[in-house]
Amino acid sequence: MKLFGEKGVERLLTGIAFSAISALLLIALFIFSEGLPFIMRYGLRGFLFSSEWQPQAGQFGIFPMIVATLWVTLGAIAIGAPLGVAGAVFLTEFMPRPVMRAVKPTIELLAGIPSVVYGFIGVMVLAPLIRSTFGGPGLSLLAASIILGVMILPTVISISIDAIMAVPQSYREGSLALGATTWQTVRMVTVPAARSGIIASIILAMGRAVGETMAVIMVAGNAVKLPGSALDSVRTLTANIALEMGYATGTHRQALFATGVVLFVVVMALNSIAGLAIRQKAGRR
Amino acid sequence: MRILPKHTQRAAIAALGGATLLTLSLLVFIIVFVLEKGLPVLSLRFLFTNPQDMGRAGGIFPTLVGSVVLPLLAVAIATPLGVGTAVYLTEYTRESRLTRVIRFGTDCLAGIPSIIFGLFGFIFFVTTLRMGWSIISGGLTLAFMILPTIIRTTEEAVRAVPRAYREVSYSLGATRWQTVRRVILPNALPGIVTGVMLGVGRSIGETAAVIFTAGSSLRLPSSVFDSTRTMAVHFYILAREGISTENAYGTAAALVIAVLSVNLIAYWLMNRVMARRS
Amino acid sequence: MNPKIDIQGLTVSHDGQPLLRNVDLAVPEHRILGIIGPSGSGKTTFLRTLNRMNDLEPGFHAEGRVLLDGQDIHHPSFDAVALRRRVGMVFALPVALPMSIYDNVVYGPRQSGDRRGRFDEIVERSLKAAFLWDEVKDRLSLSGLRLSGGQQQRLCLARTLALEPDVILLDEPCSGLDPISTAKIEEALTLLKQRYTIILVTNNTKQAARVADETAFFLMGELVETGPTGKLFTVPADKRTNDYITGRFG
Repeated sequence: MKLFGEKGVERLLTGIAFSAISALLLIALFIFSEGLPFIMRYGLRGFLFSSEWQPQAGQFGIFPMIVATLWVTLGAIAIGAPLGVAGAVFLTEFMPRPVMRAVKPTIELLAGIPSVVYGFIGVMVLAPLIRSTFGGPGLSLLAASIILGVMILPTVISISIDAIMAVPQSYREGSLALGATTWQTVRMVTVPAARSGIIASIILAMGRAVGETMAVIMVAGNAVKLPGSALDSVRTLTANIALEMGYATGTHRQALFATGVVLFVVVMALNSIAGLAIRQKAGRR
Repeated sequence: MRILPKHTQRAAIAALGGATLLTLSLLVFIIVFVLEKGLPVLSLRFLFTNPQDMGRAGGIFPTLVGSVVLPLLAVAIATPLGVGTAVYLTEYTRESRLTRVIRFGTDCLAGIPSIIFGLFGFIFFVTTLRMGWSIISGGLTLAFMILPTIIRTTEEAVRAVPRAYREVSYSLGATRWQTVRRVILPNALPGIVTGVMLGVGRSIGETAAVIFTAGSSLRLPSSVFDSTRTMAVHFYILAREGISTENAYGTAAALVIAVLSVNLIAYWLMNRVMARRS
Repeated sequence: MNPKIDIQGLTVSHDGQPLLRNVDLAVPEHRILGIIGPSGSGKTTFLRTLNRMNDLEPGFHAEGRVLLDGQDIHHPSFDAVALRRRVGMVFALPVALPMSIYDNVVYGPRQSGDRRGRFDEIVERSLKAAFLWDEVKDRLSLSGLRLSGGQQQRLCLARTLALEPDVILLDEPCSGLDPISTAKIEEALTLLKQRYTIILVTNNTKQAARVADETAFFLMGELVETGPTGKLFTVPADKRTNDYITGRFG
């Protein structure tokens, strides 16, 4: 039974404790070692700011994908953040606690719906709707923004609720005792006090939107060009990787890994900022 | 003219309530839509017969197998690592620079998009380690992906075990590991299972990380070194390549039911833990 | 007679704050030593130093010597786990582990690798010594959490006895209990001192007067006075002791 002994177990657990950080480093190492040499060779400026993506011709400019990712993400935030924060405020401040406690896990449960399912609904329901209402191909920047906006709702709502719940009850009572209405209290006291948590929820949602792949591939149309309007077909960074990875070889494949490097850096930056916002809040309390 | 606070209050409630209602109905719509279209297609026959003609006809049996085997393998690999990490962080060390680095790494890993996991799994497991498109490549990639979830939920569950239990155990001459094994892990078990179930749920629904590591073979795998196709990947291919809308709906319904029931079990367990704590 | 535990110049601090200052105390074998004093006087810290439970918390630092049978328990070669098997402890709040009564009692022996064949005998002997056997002998597989507070505290005592320790430390074991349960535990203690050395921390001076052979009075981290219980309670040497036992403070 004494397979390891007390010291052995401790050593084993110490080793295991490094599994997550080793996984992270391993991932970074392999993505960067495949992608960085290509960026060095091709030139960072040409890679990031050229609009020509023609793998057969050896041209690898991802500027359209960067712009598309930016617009799709901003669109998603413009739709998801107000809805999500409004939902969080309504559920915590205007609904009885038991209702909130029942609705919150339901919403979190919905976060588990696979992204391919969201994408499929976008194709079957949303794209035809956009096509018949506004014209254009339907599969578009707008469609991708709406689908992503809905997908990030659970993240925004869940973390915002946690942030608002963490505001001490005495703040609210202080405001209400001065004759403020519930809405005035929410606007002047509760939401400002929960600000950093709410912002963190939105930044985390941005990270999710930037990194989302399958739903976007299905609804965005995937044309490599700078979008002229919200109804244009666009291709994001993630879609670019997933679409061409299946058959890419040689330099082409390295260019896709280089796209992964850009994605990795952007998402890490967003998550670090969100983490900082959350930690700052925790430190202040 | 001054607007009375009473009126802004009423307007605010209407706006916020409307937004909440819209949010909830959007999310509910998605599930209802998929089930309404998919349930008529879904049957035991559909689940347990082989697909024909790339999935245009027949069932989804091999993908059902893929969706069971891959998550199980991922969890089998990630659970010991995740639980070990959580136990180390809570029981074997005090807050220090090291624990902060480990937590930071865990958070970062949790934020990596699944397509990056797919790229990594492809270049590392499939290519560098020469495992090919296989169940083992996919399982290892998914294990990396769900590791942070298991670490976090286990850590919370372990912290929720009353301190008095530890004191009693140590005062009775138990060593650290004996205390962990006999008192802490048994009491944290529901929380650990919650984390594992969430990991299973995420693995079942994952597409991007799986398609580049486990491949998309529709044949029934005979070993972990065979390629496999999960329900999520199958659904994606059916829908994207326009092979069969009907079978795509059926697969989607099976997928949604599987993910939601796994997550439901996870939340039910978590609630039990919370209830016992208070 | 050599003392069972000999404490010499013990100073304990937490994050630089002194909790105990320069305590010298000899604990005689097969006696009950009562420790009294107002809350915050360092009684619990003192007790938790004797089985090195303080080691488990960050920030504690002990100086001076604590000799158990002449061996310094803080010496690097002295194993804390082995120490805790020789110096058992019963906490203020009864905490039954979430397992059966039987498993609670054999928790210690099981960890120290005792033979399973002896477990039935250990359970019966320990529960009898803690005056709990008659109440639970027919339902040993019941969860320990289902017992009443008084029964749980006697279960905790039985669990400690199952280790067959040399010394038993009790940290206000009756603070939350009704008079009948308290009486049962006190009765058990007076019988147990024939085989064990017992240190009983109590907030209740009357309890010390009833069961302790020797009594020590702690105040603000200092050992003010120690001596035979009868003498300490009737002719205390220090005015502060007199003030405390006559109820002027604390």
